[in-house]
Amino acid sequence: MKKYTDTGKKDTRSGFGAGLTELGKSNENVVALCADLTGSLKMDEFKANHPERFFQVGIAEANMMGIAAGMTIGGKIPFTGTFANFSTGRVYDQIRQSIAYSGKNVKICASHAGVTLGEDGATHQILEDLGLMKMLPGMTVINPCDFNQTKAATIAIAEHDGPVYLRFGRPKVANFTPEDQKFEIGKAVQLQEGSDVTIIATGHLVWEALQAAEQLAEKGISADVLDIHTIKPLDEEAILNSVKKTGCVVTAEEHNFLGGLGESVSRTLAVNHPAPQEFVATQDVFGESGTPAQLMEKYGLNADAIIKATEKVIKRK
Amino acid sequence: MPNIQELEKFATQVRRDILRQVHKVNSGHPGGSLGCTEFFTALYKEVMDHNTDFDMDGKNEDLFFLSNGHISPVFYSVLARSGYFPVEELNTFRLIDSRLQGHPTTHEGLPGIRIASGSLGQGMSVAIGAALSKKLNKDEKLVFSLHGDGELQEGQNWEAIMYAAANKVDNLISTVDLNGQQIDGSTETVLPLGNLRAKFEAFGWDVMEIADGNDLKQVIDGLNEAKTRTGKGRPVCVLMHTVMGHGVDFMMHTHAWHGKAPNDEQLETGLSQNPETLGDY
Repeated sequence: MKKYTDTGKKDTRSGFGAGLTELGKSNENVVALCADLTGSLKMDEFKANHPERFFQVGIAEANMMGIAAGMTIGGKIPFTGTFANFSTGRVYDQIRQSIAYSGKNVKICASHAGVTLGEDGATHQILEDLGLMKMLPGMTVINPCDFNQTKAATIAIAEHDGPVYLRFGRPKVANFTPEDQKFEIGKAVQLQEGSDVTIIATGHLVWEALQAAEQLAEKGISADVLDIHTIKPLDEEAILNSVKKTGCVVTAEEHNFLGGLGESVSRTLAVNHPAPQEFVATQDVFGESGTPAQLMEKYGLNADAIIKATEKVIKRK
Repeated sequence: MPNIQELEKFATQVRRDILRQVHKVNSGHPGGSLGCTEFFTALYKEVMDHNTDFDMDGKNEDLFFLSNGHISPVFYSVLARSGYFPVEELNTFRLIDSRLQGHPTTHEGLPGIRIASGSLGQGMSVAIGAALSKKLNKDEKLVFSLHGDGELQEGQNWEAIMYAAANKVDNLISTVDLNGQQIDGSTETVLPLGNLRAKFEAFGWDVMEIADGNDLKQVIDGLNEAKTRTGKGRPVCVLMHTVMGHGVDFMMHTHAWHGKAPNDEQLETGLSQNPETLGDY
């Protein structure tokens, strides 16, 4: 099986910041808006390089979304930055009407997604954002797995004409995908080839899936591992090709099982090729304060949880 | 100098269009539409430098954003009669497969519309964004917006009002339609707006008023005056006093016709008070 190496743990939000810095230099139409979280979103360098293209809107996310929608008129490509909770639930109607329904080319960039933002607790730990965003017609939803992929995704979405939700996080996680990767929106990345189970993961749980696959191999279970960075549009072909081969699937995401990647996969399978599925996801609960590792353990979002789900789903074949 | 007589004829025809649109589908919002007929006529026929050969980016032309999207009948009529799309299309207002949705949208590609509106309180933010885009593009043209008075109860407006003044968005002219009415009653009974002039001024806007927003000359003069106040470091607010339902006697001075269509008899009465000028669609 392929060997993946963590080149040093990094936060995916810094991948976003690095991507935005590059975009600042390469695309003069890119503008950035932030609601009082410039440091947290790692937008400082863009701000320093291009003060005229950086817009501090204050703690006023609804206004930020509307301004971003308006700035597309005249050809700008706005990237909004705030936490995932304030990028989605707080401003759902603004996104729905002024951005999605209006078909505006806004990139909604959301950090601190999920429980792993840690100690701030459940008020800030949104686990519903992927569902909220994927339900909007025309919205592209992307949840990259590490620093390098987040950077590549940030650069790629500037070239995509239409609204995008880009989700990333606060904790330092393994950085293992190639630095020079080509990011293709809507294309799954096959990380391991296997025959017994398909493990479909998104975000930093992709690394957990790889760890799980290694341990499963020691038990004689061969896993296909897919990195689904784009939750919408979903790479149904890659999913179906894999599940037709393995006959069962485990999905893994830092999100409520309601509305997340797992449900999108379920629908794909139900319509095309029904197969047993287990969900590694939060179980319709709010999070709480704690360290990222503690929370991943308590809420069942790590390699151990993926291994248990795999052993269960294989028995259901 | 504007030919007020000709523009009055235009406005009268727009009023007929409003009544006929909402009557046909027995739905829509005639009250606010009638009250803003002079505003739209002044804006599109006299005040704005705009291009009816529609381009979404609208570079080097003045732009308009309607925040209180429910007054779509007046918007559609004025856009059509200004040349954005065929006047006959007003026949499709609120019908299935139409570009003239109940509330304006870009989604069906209707020329002249640059943002969806209907869910209230979002238009000023969008107008600010378009104004900032113009500044980045070194485009000297202006951005206009219209807001209902009841709509100012939505909090997002005040985020936008704070931002625009703090960031000197001085290529923006936001007009508030002060008709004092909203769906459930007068703004005074539903949620009083207080002293709007003092509020906008306290936020740092340059505020002016149009005493009679149903007097075409006053509206033209007022909006032209507003234009002279742009580029001076402050966004411009125009508090425009209108009468909801203006031009149809039984619809005036009440919230009753905010979102209600006239029946056959009422339509005839309304049309008789606004005789055909440019030809019905």
